[in-house]
Amino acid sequence: MKFKGFRRPDGRVGIRNHVLVLPCSLCASETARFIASQVPGAVYIPNQGGCALSAADLELTYRVLSGFAANPNVYGTVVVANTCENVQPDELIRRIKEKTNKPVEKVVIRDAGGTIKAAELGVKYASQMSRDASCVEKEDADITELILATECGGSDPTSGLAANPTLGEVSDKIVSLGGTSILSETSELVGTEDILAPRCVNDEVAEKLLGIIKDNEDYFERLGESLRDGNPSAGNKEGGLTTLEEKSLGCIHKAGYSPITEVYAYGEMVDKKGLVVMDTPGQDIASIAAMVAGGAQVVIFTTGRGTPTGNGIVPVIKITGNSETASLMEDNIDYDASGIISGEKTIEETGTELFDILMQVVNGRQSKAESLGFNDMSMARKCNFC
Amino acid sequence: MYTCVVINEKDSVATVTSPVKAGEDIRYRIKGNDFCIKACTDIPLYHKAALKDIKKGEVIYKYGCKIGYALKDIKAGEHVHTSNLDSKMI
Repeated sequence: MKFKGFRRPDGRVGIRNHVLVLPCSLCASETARFIASQVPGAVYIPNQGGCALSAADLELTYRVLSGFAANPNVYGTVVVANTCENVQPDELIRRIKEKTNKPVEKVVIRDAGGTIKAAELGVKYASQMSRDASCVEKEDADITELILATECGGSDPTSGLAANPTLGEVSDKIVSLGGTSILSETSELVGTEDILAPRCVNDEVAEKLLGIIKDNEDYFERLGESLRDGNPSAGNKEGGLTTLEEKSLGCIHKAGYSPITEVYAYGEMVDKKGLVVMDTPGQDIASIAAMVAGGAQVVIFTTGRGTPTGNGIVPVIKITGNSETASLMEDNIDYDASGIISGEKTIEETGTELFDILMQVVNGRQSKAESLGFNDMSMARKCNFC
Repeated sequence: MYTCVVINEKDSVATVTSPVKAGEDIRYRIKGNDFCIKACTDIPLYHKAALKDIKKGEVIYKYGCKIGYALKDIKAGEHVHTSNLDSKMI
């Protein structure tokens, strides 16, 4: 199966054609926003971190920011730095160049002589990139070049019954066509070790998978918290969930039944085909950010209660199995899978309909969050700010 | 109209999509075929009903996967929850 996309000089294919204005830190974020707001087609990433970071978090931040620049939906990047932050622009650009040969420029606010002069330079770079980006024509690409990110949030009993199984159908279809689908949210994998480990293609991948689940549990245990005790919660049980396996399966079923081919660290570049797992937290926005940094061009997000969230670099498609949510949040929900609950549709039917919407969005149709211009951003951290 | 969802044909339980009273029909379909069993207990909304008789100690399946073990014999049409299902075999 083919789709129309923008071929990048590094060989990968984007489904959008953004110029990215990328602040190294929180201190450079407002100047970056100021630059991006002057250039049609430019997006900026609000960066709440980038400074006062532990060594581990600095590494993670470099990985994610360079991953954003390398995401195939991005034509080129203008890096904006204050001057003194932990994330240094030259090091960030070096890491971007390790991942891609796409255009990249640098603006340092202090060196330029303050925000207004930095903005003058930034707008010059970004508008030139915007003109160059407009000359890139869409071409046929094979679906094997597509990376789908799966995510769930604001879950309710319909999530595990309708929305997630529907997305599971789509994920399996992408995988069967030779593409890639990412399952995320490590905290939701707790309790499914016996189910997921045998689904890994070899022992090495299974060990990695069990490793990220254990590391995640150990981390919370060091803080005196347990992911297993009291899970499912009293409220979950009242809602009909009995065991932790059942609760976790409802979540991971959004990745269907395909074998797991690889396990990636947070924000690491995804280079294997098939169903892969990425080690991300259960916070939706931070999980999406990691998969975008990993190279996903599109997100499908299942929800029970509804959520407006969107991402500046990739379209986010929202689906729900709750008919009330679909109607109350019509502005935000792209697909209503509640036909499964009412008995009007089968999971196979809703899967086929959602796949059609996915391909329309891949080929250029805006998702609802995209048409609202939404650009949520959060990045995971291991430690508090230093 | 159907009153429960069976996610995978291997499943031994289904989730009811409207509250069911003891003695009422539970109607569902798998791969285009319609089925019906009679509820032998009340089953609250979004709780599980056994689709077949399950023996004590047997694995219970949902999503085509093991969600736990039967703590006692369970009849088709019975409410399946914390009193008769647990992660561990007890």
